[in-house]
Amino acid sequence: MVVDHRVAEHEIDRIFGALADGTRRDILRRAIGDEQSVSALAGRYAMSFAAVQKHVAVLERATLVTKERRGREQIVHANRATVGRAATLLDHYEQLWIQRAERIADILANPTGEPT
Amino acid sequence: MTVITTAADAEALTLTIVAEFDAAPDRVWDVWEDPRQLERWWGPPTFPATFTRHDFVVGGESRYFMTGPAGETPHGWWRIDTIDKPHRLDFANGLAGDDGEPVPGVEPMSGSVTFEATGKGTRMTAVTRFTDAAQMQAMLDMGMQDGMTQAIEQIDVLLSPATV
Repeated sequence: MVVDHRVAEHEIDRIFGALADGTRRDILRRAIGDEQSVSALAGRYAMSFAAVQKHVAVLERATLVTKERRGREQIVHANRATVGRAATLLDHYEQLWIQRAERIADILANPTGEPT
Repeated sequence: MTVITTAADAEALTLTIVAEFDAAPDRVWDVWEDPRQLERWWGPPTFPATFTRHDFVVGGESRYFMTGPAGETPHGWWRIDTIDKPHRLDFANGLAGDDGEPVPGVEPMSGSVTFEATGKGTRMTAVTRFTDAAQMQAMLDMGMQDGMTQAIEQIDVLLSPATV
């Protein structure tokens, strides 16, 4: 089984940069739950409509969300593929360390490296 | 049975792993200090690490390379920042070029490892802090595809009902 989860470095930078802000993470969480209109989102935060629009634009550039115009509203959707990829990066590193800990346990149980 | 828990924080770019071993802290410390033991666990079995230098003193540096199945040899380095045997070890871990020396301008990750005596042995907590996502990706690329395969095999073992 070969899975290629590699993503261009600049794309990863944009993803983690976008996730580095609490408001943007909150917007993303809401969008993952259900589509959100920018005006509804703007009503939730103590900041201007334009500021919320800017946060959405950062998420959009990181391809974490997509925006769709519906009448006078702008609707924000989460891009699940990108959200999954961001989490996958850490998962890989996590697996590396789990395996290291298991190898350390093996060494402690078998210090000389002789076959058991 | 080794108890392992992990916590990844994508915002802080940290990964924390807690493992409990049935051995005293001094003994667990050895697998970090002794390069011959270190190279038995640092790289995956299909990407074994060879430490050509392991100057295990504060400010000391290490050089290592990993050997992949196709003969590729990615290089890396450490710099030891804190030694409080057998309680705490802090080190920087970065990518090295084909000459084995640190790549200029590439920030290392930082690792902090603590060792606590428990009733039965040692609780080892290793925190890796990345400086940015690009660096995290670069480190993941070192021997990662094989790590993935092994992870999947391990999951298969865990799911097997015969495993207790």
